[in-house]
Amino acid sequence: MSENYRNNFLKEVEERVEEGHWVKMCMQCGVCAGSCPLGAHWAHPPQELFMMIRAGKREEVLTSDSMWMCTSCYNCVVRCPRKLPITHIMHGLANLAYRLGLSPKNQTTQKFASMFWNNLAQTGRVNELKLSLGMYFKDGFGQGIKNAMAMQSVGLGMVKAKRLNPMELFGGHGIKDKSGFHAMLKKAREIEDRRKNFA
Amino acid sequence: MADMKVAAYICQGCGLGERLDTAALASVAKKEGKAALIKEHEFLCNADGIKMIRDDIANEAVTHVMIGACSRRAKTEAFGFTDVCVSRANLREGVIWSQPETEEARETTQEMAEDYIRMGCAEVKKMTLPEGDPAAVTERTLLVVGGGVSGMTAALEASKAGYKVVLVEKSGALGGWAAKLHKRTPGKSPYKDPQNTPVAEMAAAIEADANIKVYLNASTSKTSGAPGRFEIEISTESGSTTIEKVGAIVQATGFELYDANKLPELGYGKSANVVDQAGLEALAKAANGSPIKRPSDGGEVKTVVFVQCAGQRDDSGKHLPYCSGSCCLTSVKQAMYFKEANPDIDTVVIYTDLRMPGNGEDFYRSGQEKGVIFTKGKVSGVEAAGNQCKVSFQDLILNDQVAIDNADLVVLATGQVPNSGVDIDTKLKAEIAAAAGDNSLMEAYTASQQEGAVQPISMLNLTYRQGPDVPQLKYGFTDSHFICFPYETRRTGIYSAGPVRRPMDMVQAMEDATGAAMKAIQAIENAGLGRAAHPRSGDLSFPKVRLEGCTQCKRCTVECPFGAIDEDEKRFPLFNQARCRRCGTCMGACPVRVISFENYSIDTVGSQLKAVDVPDEFSEKPRILILACENDAYPALDMAAMNRNVYSAFVRVIPVRCLGSVNTIWINDALSSGYDGVMMMGCKHGDDYQCHFVKGSELANIRMSKIGDTLKNMSLEEERVSTFEVAITDIERVPQLINDYAALIQKIGMSPMKGF
Repeated sequence: MSENYRNNFLKEVEERVEEGHWVKMCMQCGVCAGSCPLGAHWAHPPQELFMMIRAGKREEVLTSDSMWMCTSCYNCVVRCPRKLPITHIMHGLANLAYRLGLSPKNQTTQKFASMFWNNLAQTGRVNELKLSLGMYFKDGFGQGIKNAMAMQSVGLGMVKAKRLNPMELFGGHGIKDKSGFHAMLKKAREIEDRRKNFA
Repeated sequence: MADMKVAAYICQGCGLGERLDTAALASVAKKEGKAALIKEHEFLCNADGIKMIRDDIANEAVTHVMIGACSRRAKTEAFGFTDVCVSRANLREGVIWSQPETEEARETTQEMAEDYIRMGCAEVKKMTLPEGDPAAVTERTLLVVGGGVSGMTAALEASKAGYKVVLVEKSGALGGWAAKLHKRTPGKSPYKDPQNTPVAEMAAAIEADANIKVYLNASTSKTSGAPGRFEIEISTESGSTTIEKVGAIVQATGFELYDANKLPELGYGKSANVVDQAGLEALAKAANGSPIKRPSDGGEVKTVVFVQCAGQRDDSGKHLPYCSGSCCLTSVKQAMYFKEANPDIDTVVIYTDLRMPGNGEDFYRSGQEKGVIFTKGKVSGVEAAGNQCKVSFQDLILNDQVAIDNADLVVLATGQVPNSGVDIDTKLKAEIAAAAGDNSLMEAYTASQQEGAVQPISMLNLTYRQGPDVPQLKYGFTDSHFICFPYETRRTGIYSAGPVRRPMDMVQAMEDATGAAMKAIQAIENAGLGRAAHPRSGDLSFPKVRLEGCTQCKRCTVECPFGAIDEDEKRFPLFNQARCRRCGTCMGACPVRVISFENYSIDTVGSQLKAVDVPDEFSEKPRILILACENDAYPALDMAAMNRNVYSAFVRVIPVRCLGSVNTIWINDALSSGYDGVMMMGCKHGDDYQCHFVKGSELANIRMSKIGDTLKNMSLEEERVSTFEVAITDIERVPQLINDYAALIQKIGMSPMKGF
């Protein structure tokens, strides 16, 4: 309790979260919370998250699934009278939580985000077939089969329309200079780690 | 008066000629109005028409002019003859524009116009020309009471405008509260950082100004006289007294901070580390830029908590119920003192609502940028533990009962309490509340009068009959209309400025002081010309009283909203012309009707209402008298007519200076002459009054609440006299009120008092 309503966590957020320096500028009007189309599904709307950061509730903020609910509709950003880039801050907070290993396990958005990234980082291109199959099977083999059967007609239709190539399941195509791409990502990660003070 | 010659002029312009039979109107003016000279003109307000009237005044020795044309509010310049008495029959707005343009309505429209001609002729005959005050004098010197930022601003502004100033300050130096500040909240762009106070510069400017005479360690021990000729006794601490003669007064007596000792639950007095905002300014001033130390042991300050609304906006009745409008800015400024010395110091502002007037929003944003933490919460208690304090509060965003354990310094934002002196209305207000069934005010008043209780010290020590200070509105702030006339107090020639008028910050106080100084200068000049100040600015008429008929009932001296009437040695009312605002409240109050103005009297109105032709009981043509306040209701009626909002043809409207000037004899006369109803239209009264004379409409309402018995004695229904609150914007509502009332009269039937 001794750390509450102090600058510590706010400072950490400013340092390690994309656009985190905006958090202190929130004036608690609640327009973001009222504007969010998914607002009812958030345990803590952005206004509350900002207050929690200022109140020093590090654990509660970073383990929350709230910021993972953001769908990037930008309604809040458009409406914020203080012009806070709320959407970016939500993604920044989610990212920090994930990097610290505090984000809620099995949160769907988070799962999808990491699958998407891993999929992309491998070949430099998103393999849509593997990505969607990965999502179908994320809750186990049985559920995966059920999901696949439910989407059967859509899938076959896409194959017929040549929007989906079943052969992509075996490897798939990537970009030309894959090792260069990997080196670039590695370097970017190093820079980010240094900047955001990750070991 | 032997030479009175009445001329009646009837205009045919603006459609009057087409809608009305002006020849018939002329014959009414001749036969019934007894006008000696009657002329019709096709366009009376043009150069030719005005020349005609002018020539008649010059060649025909016309002394009284009745103009049957538009409303008295229109063409005031063209018809503004100052050498003759003028009355206006409102044929345009009052008749043709407020009546339907149909064949069926022609008869009633003509009757209405004829009545207004009768009324105009009757009124003008009772008028004499106001002569003003030939003995009017004025002293072109302004007294400023209070040497704080407001007072110094008023003094400097008045001096710049070419007036001499006497500045009285109770302490030994100029500067007031501002002199105690380390820095002030910013008064100019970009509103980001605290600034130095203007005290040193202003004090130097005052010292260098030959127009300004300063009395330090002094107070105004006696204030007598009236605008233009106030006599001020200034007593200094050393015991010497001086008399200064001034023309007007600006009261800038400022405020005291609410006593934090009344807030033990917030730790004040229990730990040296709990201070109020003044206490923190003293610490900052002592530190002078170096880090502020913990008062209890001189230790390093790492965490500061600011508690907003400490003893303010309190609904329990124990503390101040209002917001002081400046403490949020001050807390942001004080948090910046710490952030400037060391950005790592945690500064937390706990607020329920941040209120940042003026450009304060920019300052708030700057505070956020500097890392001041703002949290919406309600502090429940502050406990001292060693050299630190525990601040417990409810976080209103997270809905959490929490505490900050190790605050090194806690600053309480207590509010402003005005230095307005003695509340001369307390007893009166308590009596009114007690009559309405609320005894709490009376109990408080009785307790405050008990022996040993601390009595407030008078600021001005006025020798006025009604009391030594200017009247207060609420919470001790001086009575002035918040929006319409912010600096006017209820004492003519005395203007209040700064936090004594309402809570405010320095930017607002300086603006206020400038405004009050300008109003005071107007009052000085008007007094010199023997003219009224706001709102009948320029009026030369003045109440005359027939003392031989006076019964010394004291109603005029008590009811005058402006304390204009004192008592002489024989206990007769003593009118002070320069203090008078010409509202006529005294005339309305006088039970023996000995008070009148030259151009506005019991007779001018009484003869008008008696001049109206009242048809008999079986005519199905009732007559309703409307007494309309000329400030709001009458213009509303005019504007309704401009919009062609039609109303009943059975009403006859007489404008009055204020409902407060309505004498009950008019009501009696109207009812006994066979009117079927009387509508009185005045301004809103109460704490959020709109009455230009502050108390007029309220007094009228009190008087009329007692008229029910009279009506019963006359065997008349109570509805026959009704009072309405009308605002100037009620241009849709007023015709509706009239029509509803006319329908009501229709329902209760014609008055039985006709034809006597």
